[in-house]
Amino acid sequence: MSAPHLLVHELKDNVGVVVVEGLKAGTKMLCVVTHDNSSFELTVKADVPIGHKVALKDLKAGDTAIKYGQDIGKMVGPAKVGEYVHVHNLKTKRW
Amino acid sequence: MTIVANFELNKNRLANIKGRKIDVPGFKAPVLKKRSSAKNDNFVGWRRENGRVGVRNHVLILPLDDLSNAACEAVANNIKGTLAIPHAYGRLQFGEDLDIHFRTLIGAGSNPNVAAVVVIGIEDGWTKIIVDGIAKTGKPVVGFGIEGVGDIGTIAKASYVAKEFVQWAAELQREKCDIGELWVSTKCGESDTTTGLSSCPTVGNMYDKLLPKGIYGVFGETSEITGAEHLCKARAATPEVGERWYKMWKAYQTDVIEQFKTTDLSDSQPTKGNIKGGLSTIEEKALGNLEKIGRESKYIDILQPAEAPAKGAGLYFMDTSSAAAECVTLMAAGGYVVHTFPTGQGNVIGNPIVPVIKITGNPQTMRTMPEHIDVDVSGILRRDMTIPEAGDALIANIVRTSNGRLTAAEALGHREFSMTKLYRSA
Repeated sequence: MSAPHLLVHELKDNVGVVVVEGLKAGTKMLCVVTHDNSSFELTVKADVPIGHKVALKDLKAGDTAIKYGQDIGKMVGPAKVGEYVHVHNLKTKRW
Repeated sequence: MTIVANFELNKNRLANIKGRKIDVPGFKAPVLKKRSSAKNDNFVGWRRENGRVGVRNHVLILPLDDLSNAACEAVANNIKGTLAIPHAYGRLQFGEDLDIHFRTLIGAGSNPNVAAVVVIGIEDGWTKIIVDGIAKTGKPVVGFGIEGVGDIGTIAKASYVAKEFVQWAAELQREKCDIGELWVSTKCGESDTTTGLSSCPTVGNMYDKLLPKGIYGVFGETSEITGAEHLCKARAATPEVGERWYKMWKAYQTDVIEQFKTTDLSDSQPTKGNIKGGLSTIEEKALGNLEKIGRESKYIDILQPAEAPAKGAGLYFMDTSSAAAECVTLMAAGGYVVHTFPTGQGNVIGNPIVPVIKITGNPQTMRTMPEHIDVDVSGILRRDMTIPEAGDALIANIVRTSNGRLTAAEALGHREFSMTKLYRSA
């Protein structure tokens, strides 16, 4: 298998992690789900740094972000599929 | 010009760091006679008077308090091969805060990586408490109070004894020990999303393989479990231990966060470095953090800060801060002899007593600050290394480190010894 651009922990996750440096908007990414090694393709819509997240489906404010198959917080702004997800649109539910 | 004899400059490594101003030669050691392939099931260590095994052989010059740092450093300067571990605090502490202070110092001196200890304190009373605590291990220990003698007289007396200790310790022989005799701690730092994908599961895989062989393990970082507390509670060996764990975690929320927070923890959890590395929330950070305990392991007891485990081999949780130096210092005081430290953005921490093995899966960190990393698992992100392969690579490094290989942090002189302080002194 060639090296993936994006890794996803679990099948039910709705965000994935960029694992290459210098990823440019418009790149057709090879995405791998580490749980079962399944893969899919997705076009990233922004320049996203290594380690940062991309939405795997359309997310709107109020939606729960899922990673590791678990709740990691709520969307406070929208992110369409392929868009950048970070502190500007994702926040903990704790405080 | 670089003149090279008996080793090879690693040209690839030089190419990798192109653009840096300093010339960093890679080192490929001269090949001696072929060694039999290591099976990673034993190592050579120092068996101490109480039966525990150490992987380092330090003679510590241990200050009771901040005031005694100068004398300790003078002794360590006089007597080569000894190690002073200066720290803050030690005066006018009381209650639980004082208990942790004493436990940390006694634990540091009692650690099997330490052969003998010289304790220096401003006065005799508390100095004796530390000496008596360490003496229970059976190792040589001596204490000096400065009051009524002064620094110079104390330094002279302590130096004579330190010289005897270091000459004695230098002659102690290592013996072959089973890998199951190791006590291995873990705590991660400067985490990012790559730690949850690679370096933390690498440590988890190591625990899944070594805990069944009889090692003692420990994880902690009470605040950083927040967001994964339901999963952590479920990883207790019994429901009773899980309940105790949850109570401890909840008390931290009530006693510390609610009492001292200004707005919330958003500025320090996740940290600025975490956020730069792509972590958005404390839940996301906690879930990655918890990957360190693997898939199979269950913790059998909850330790107070710096407390030594007493329920036999297995995995423990220690109630610690998530600050790297404080946490590793407490785990070292608990008796752990090797520390495994996954990092994403590149934490540089070390410890004076315990070798700290750094593991990263972040290729950017591997490229920009490789001198700090002992185990490179960035292949996991490229899918050309599996988690079990990474776990094996970490175990191999633990064995090499236990056999005497200096960690990156040791070679770079990182000796962070940080006391945990609960509240203001009297």
